[in-house]
Amino acid sequence: MMRRKDWILFGGLLLLAVVPLLGEGYTLRLGTMACMYAIMAVSWNVIGGMAGYPSFATAAFFGLGAYTGGVLLAGGSALVTAIVAAGALAFAGAMLLGAVLMRLRGHYFAIASLAVAEVLRELTNSATDLTGGGMGLNIPLGNTDGVLDEASFYFYAMWGLLFLAVIVIVFIERSRLGFGLACIRQNESAADMIGVNGTLYKSLAFGFSGVFVAMAGTLYAGWVHYIEPPDVYDILFAVKPIVMVLLGGLGSTAGAIIGAFTFLGIEEIVWRNYLQVHTGVLGFLVVALLLFLPHGIVSIGRRVRSLRGGHV
Amino acid sequence: MSELMQLEAVSRRFGGLHALDKVTLGIGRGEILGLIGPNGAGKTTLVNVVTGVHRATGGRVLFEGKDITAYRPYQAARAGIARTFQVVQPFPELSVLENVTAAALFSGANGGLRNARDVAAQQLEFVGLAAAADQPAATLTLAMRKRLELAKALAMKPRLLFLDEVNAGLNSAEVEQAMGLIRQIAATGVTIVLIEHLMKVVLSICSRIVVLHNGALIADGSPASIVSNQHVIEAYLGKKYAQMAAQASGNP
Repeated sequence: MMRRKDWILFGGLLLLAVVPLLGEGYTLRLGTMACMYAIMAVSWNVIGGMAGYPSFATAAFFGLGAYTGGVLLAGGSALVTAIVAAGALAFAGAMLLGAVLMRLRGHYFAIASLAVAEVLRELTNSATDLTGGGMGLNIPLGNTDGVLDEASFYFYAMWGLLFLAVIVIVFIERSRLGFGLACIRQNESAADMIGVNGTLYKSLAFGFSGVFVAMAGTLYAGWVHYIEPPDVYDILFAVKPIVMVLLGGLGSTAGAIIGAFTFLGIEEIVWRNYLQVHTGVLGFLVVALLLFLPHGIVSIGRRVRSLRGGHV
Repeated sequence: MSELMQLEAVSRRFGGLHALDKVTLGIGRGEILGLIGPNGAGKTTLVNVVTGVHRATGGRVLFEGKDITAYRPYQAARAGIARTFQVVQPFPELSVLENVTAAALFSGANGGLRNARDVAAQQLEFVGLAAAADQPAATLTLAMRKRLELAKALAMKPRLLFLDEVNAGLNSAEVEQAMGLIRQIAATGVTIVLIEHLMKVVLSICSRIVVLHNGALIADGSPASIVSNQHVIEAYLGKKYAQMAAQASGNP
């Protein structure tokens, strides 16, 4: 049951596949980052947008995936094995943790989810034998023919993962799970009272918000060949996806992708032009966008229509 | 009369406050039980304990012979206990039909989504909200929201239904309509516990009334016996008036 909106969404995603044909290393890097950000944003949308729980655990999932995959890759596992293992571990971990964390609401949940990355970072730091600790972890080069070939390989891998994530998440949106999450978001006690198993549904949402991010983490580790705790457990990986989703439009998968791409675009432009104060300028832009477009970029069409029609 | 639900010395404390104090109460299959009491008597707490929102701090709750004291709200819902909220609780962004469909679906009483939607449409027809089916629930008037609550509860195909002040805030014409609906629901064999402040409603609908006061059950009987019960008058109006009433009616 595909709607017109979905065709546009999947069509747009397919179109992205031409990026490697543009050839340049920089474009490829940007494309890979764009897909990675989009994976984070659509994933966050499951817990934040659908269930209404503001999670700051994206960085935890990303780091967990990067290290799980990184350790496996360094040990000689195949990339696919590493990705699947990272995804499975993140999903299982999120389900277990969810059963505890999801009892908290609002700010309490946000703070608790923020702590997950810090705990994992400390664990990674102290498990020196396995992870290299603060020294970081080297991941051997794959046997590809050249730098550019490897870059396009990781672009396609990240792009494929984004595609998979979008398919699964669009399916969740339409499923019983998505329906239940919408009920939970809008009125949790009423959802309880009509028989929605809140703890299970929220834990599932938390799990699905983690699984693809962790897989992207593994790809990232394989792509950059060297990871260290402050890099992959970076708090910015927790904050950026939220900003992207808010930019694009809360609760919409297409909005999350658009938000991610827009955010990356703004970030690149600002970074290049305002080296000294780029985070400040970026912050200012984000605040301005959220103030003037509170329902995100996907609401522009609706606003224009309502302006033309004179009223909604 | 076989008991559908049995409360055995159920207590609930909030810190030092005994919101429910050893309440023992049987709810018979098919009856319309009125649950009344002054504000703060523990009526809503009783519903919350039975439906798993609050866990009883003492005693047991049996439903159809099964101990459900430790059930969580969704388990109680799936077991066949539905309730409406005193303060209406719609899903504001969902349409009226989706609201009721959610109740029909997640209660597990109606199979898959398509079937749930059919059941929801029937219930909307029954409570008279069919015309508003596609509106977002947030746009409904209070009277319509109350009926939406009712439709949601009914779509769960409950065997026991708690109606928590479904008439509060309604005008007299709306109350008449709501009373008609409640009678029709009871006629289908659903056991109803009616929590109500409007004595007119309670006295005319209920077959039996129990009175809570400061968390304890102080009276249990037919509507006629309740209105002349000394303890009940005392609880509502104070000792002085109870004595005056007793003198006026000639009973010492």
